[in-house]
Amino acid sequence: MKLLRDLWHLRGQVGAIALVVACGVAVVVTTRSAYESLALSQSTYYASYRFADVFANLERAPDALGARIAAIPGVAAVQTRIVAQVTLDVPGLAEPAIGRLIGIPERRVPILNDLHLRRGRWLEPGRRDEVLVSEAFAEANQLAPGDTIGAVLHGRWQRLRIVGVALSPEYIYEIQGASLFPDNRRFGVLWMSRDALGPPFEMEGAFNDVALSLAAGASEPEVIERLDHLLEPWGGLGAYGREDHVSHRFISDEIAQNRVFGTIVPAIFLGVAAFLLNVVLSRLVATQREQIAVLKAFGYRDRAIAGHYLGFALVAVAIGAALGLIAGLWLGARIHEMYVTFYRFPVLRFSPGLTVIGAAIGVSALAALAGALGAVRRVLALAPAEAMRPEPPARFSAGWLERSRFGPHLPAAARMIWRNLARHPVRAGLSVLGTAFAVAILLVGRFFVDAVQTMNDVQFRAVQREDLTVLFHEPLRSDARHAVATLPGVVQAEPFRVAPVRLRFEHAERRVPLFGLPEGHELRRVIGADGEPHRLAPDGVILTQKLGDILGVTPGDRVTVEVLEGERAVREVRVAGLVDELLGLNAYLEAGTLHRLLREQSTWSGAFLRVDQRRLPELNAVLKRMPAVAGATSRSAMLRSFEETLARSFAIFTSVLIGFASVIACAVIYNAARIALSERGRELASLRVLGFTRGEVATLLLGEQALLTLLAIPLGFAIGRAFCAMLSAAYQWELFRIPLVLTTQSHVFAVSVVIAAAAASTEIVRHRLDRLDLVAVLKTRE
Amino acid sequence: MATAEAVFEARGLAKHYRVGEVVVHALRDVDLDLFRGELVVLLGPSGSGKSTLLNILGGLDVPSAGTVRFLDHDLTKDDPDALTRFRREHVGFVFQFYNLIPSLTARENVALVTEIAEHAMDPADALRLVGLEDRLEHFPAQLSGGEQQRVAIARAVAKQPDVLLCDEPTGALDFETGQRVLEVIERANRELGTTTAVITHNAAIAGMADRVIRMRSGRIVEVTHNERRLAPSELSW
Repeated sequence: MKLLRDLWHLRGQVGAIALVVACGVAVVVTTRSAYESLALSQSTYYASYRFADVFANLERAPDALGARIAAIPGVAAVQTRIVAQVTLDVPGLAEPAIGRLIGIPERRVPILNDLHLRRGRWLEPGRRDEVLVSEAFAEANQLAPGDTIGAVLHGRWQRLRIVGVALSPEYIYEIQGASLFPDNRRFGVLWMSRDALGPPFEMEGAFNDVALSLAAGASEPEVIERLDHLLEPWGGLGAYGREDHVSHRFISDEIAQNRVFGTIVPAIFLGVAAFLLNVVLSRLVATQREQIAVLKAFGYRDRAIAGHYLGFALVAVAIGAALGLIAGLWLGARIHEMYVTFYRFPVLRFSPGLTVIGAAIGVSALAALAGALGAVRRVLALAPAEAMRPEPPARFSAGWLERSRFGPHLPAAARMIWRNLARHPVRAGLSVLGTAFAVAILLVGRFFVDAVQTMNDVQFRAVQREDLTVLFHEPLRSDARHAVATLPGVVQAEPFRVAPVRLRFEHAERRVPLFGLPEGHELRRVIGADGEPHRLAPDGVILTQKLGDILGVTPGDRVTVEVLEGERAVREVRVAGLVDELLGLNAYLEAGTLHRLLREQSTWSGAFLRVDQRRLPELNAVLKRMPAVAGATSRSAMLRSFEETLARSFAIFTSVLIGFASVIACAVIYNAARIALSERGRELASLRVLGFTRGEVATLLLGEQALLTLLAIPLGFAIGRAFCAMLSAAYQWELFRIPLVLTTQSHVFAVSVVIAAAAASTEIVRHRLDRLDLVAVLKTRE
Repeated sequence: MATAEAVFEARGLAKHYRVGEVVVHALRDVDLDLFRGELVVLLGPSGSGKSTLLNILGGLDVPSAGTVRFLDHDLTKDDPDALTRFRREHVGFVFQFYNLIPSLTARENVALVTEIAEHAMDPADALRLVGLEDRLEHFPAQLSGGEQQRVAIARAVAKQPDVLLCDEPTGALDFETGQRVLEVIERANRELGTTTAVITHNAAIAGMADRVIRMRSGRIVEVTHNERRLAPSELSW
């Protein structure tokens, strides 16, 4: 009964404690369940649709080679295919789009990389113009079964009829070549009858793409080595595992990102919540000193009294945990649903991650119990009679502030505030720390917004300065450069050469695009996180810092470059420098050096263009009809794609985080003010009796709170920055690195939330202050 | 004394409040005058209504019925802010538990009040009046109970209030210390001419008063005049 009454009496504080716990638990549950569900959905998808383990492209090999590939020890299943890049003419799209046409068997399901049919039907045997299109491409271009699109198949224009919309585990992310982000309008995957695809590409009885799955216990590097050996005479471009598979890489990074979100961020939140819980409960119990003494005087055992307050703490935690669990599961499921739509998984498996949730609740409960227990024990250590007496007047002494030359001019109110803080430095420190943590987690929430904005600025303003990137089907000789420059609307054209290579250093290796940029390049620059452009060295390669880390190289080392096209040259190149680019893994050379490496005259893979925007439609129309042009990508489309992928997935979590951080901030500040009121109520009532107005009394109490809040803000900035540095260190993926950036706006935001919370708490406490029962406070001694 | 001006004039005062389902009648139909410069002792057992009466006179509480006039001002018509102003300008309080601000020195505790009063004494002078001139910079925790109560009295008289209201000022003190505190109250009344009301359940204190008002069950049951005020040193209990 007393427990219920106490809970009711202190409902404001219990509510605030429960909210802090709820937020801590909810962040854990939301992020963790979203992460675990995403990982589970991915693995389930891969398993059910038989996603391959090893992939390879080649020029052309006879079907008979398939049997020899299948005979490689450790290979479980082999799928040989025809894959072709085609230019598409999509209704309603001004520029040409790029299609990846994949041949699939007409009558049976693919052995590996099976398709999930979303709408429409499978290909019908004998109907050679039928295709299935990927859902992302279909949606981006509003295509549906029954629609037709134009395609140039090996120089011949053909009309393709869409009969179905499909998903493939190979193309969860549909990314073309060296792009970083999907552009679903201009790049799509289409599946067509293998029999229909053979003749136009002169691939009857042959294949140019192979995927295979590994038997349990097989060694991937060994299989890759043997496969490369088999494919080499047939123009093999180097086999690679899932690690180097673009879509897999991308989604795995995203899942890993969620894991960090589901680990570090909730750890920070939970840690902060636990700390606050501890502080709040220990202060709350301390204000109950006299009650505890009375119970003890009545003969209650220490254990029973301790049990009461622990029960009190546990009830608050239980309410919070229940709320947090419900909110977290709900939010986690919503976020997971969004991810599944976003990643186009055909399966949705929600897994709440019970162990972590249990741990989160356990940590909250322990923090609360420790806080309550510490305070109860301090009171129980006193003899009942002593505890029932009013606490002796607290010991104060004049500090340096009063002895300073300002001392005599300090008003009494300032002295009271100052001495109260100086007398309880630990308590004041904890109170400051609590608010500082609130500021810090608000910064953590905002950090992702800032980081994504910086990545955006660096990549799409400083690095990429072209309007349009044109990609040729095959590298063209240098006169193509002039041809492109004279196209309508082109203001500036800068060619580039890019070749797929495998970089090796000691035991490490990585497939990356190797870019050759012409001297004096301006439209594409090599820029580090500091925003400063790096100059290319005449004889060395510049690597993305992350790539350098993967390979374990430092400037001056010599890496082996294995070109995965043409003559497949193998060379050693000096690492001239590392640049901390924020996106992707790249290697840069001067175009001349690359040409020498490739043993070719100057040829170009494409060009970066600066375009007169008014003539863009005209340019697109021309590009669409140029047989040499495989496709054109606009920077604005990439920017949009970046915003829709990375930025959006961050935005979802960021808003959840900021929401919870705000609630925690409010709860902490409210509780601090509320407890200060119960600790100082008697003193304040005395002042009211002496004729101090409500305003004057409020200034005393709230002035102290304001001072604490002011002290907490810079500390919170420092702690928040440390948290963000931790997160930035954890977010060093191959696809992107998160820079440690916190803008002024974010600081202003954090401070505004804290000040708003302080103002709201002030109002509530002030209201209570106005209603102080002066007579009652004077009669009771505590 | 009877010809002196009445500082307080209470008529038909009643106060009742509800505790759970029980209505407590703390005061019933009380008429009372306090005259300028006199020292009154309100005597009665606990629950007799003396504290309630004092709180109403001091503007800490409002009556359920009746009127209280302070000089020519009707306190019962005041809103809480006006009552705060009344306490600030006209009333000095002394309580059983001193109610000093622990974070301020003796001088600062007094200064707290003199800073907001208009015709205040110098805090050091007020503390000299109560014999604490050598304890100015001591914090409450460094003072004995009697010394703390004397600081409270200095604080109450320093603003030169019209009336000094003392609620069981010796309740928490031993005999000698209590006597010393009463001496200080008596001296303030005598030297500053402050109208003073002392509440106590200790009948021995009645001897120092000009008038003794006895209360029981919320009513005034007897009012007596002392022929001669005894000095606190002559009291014993």
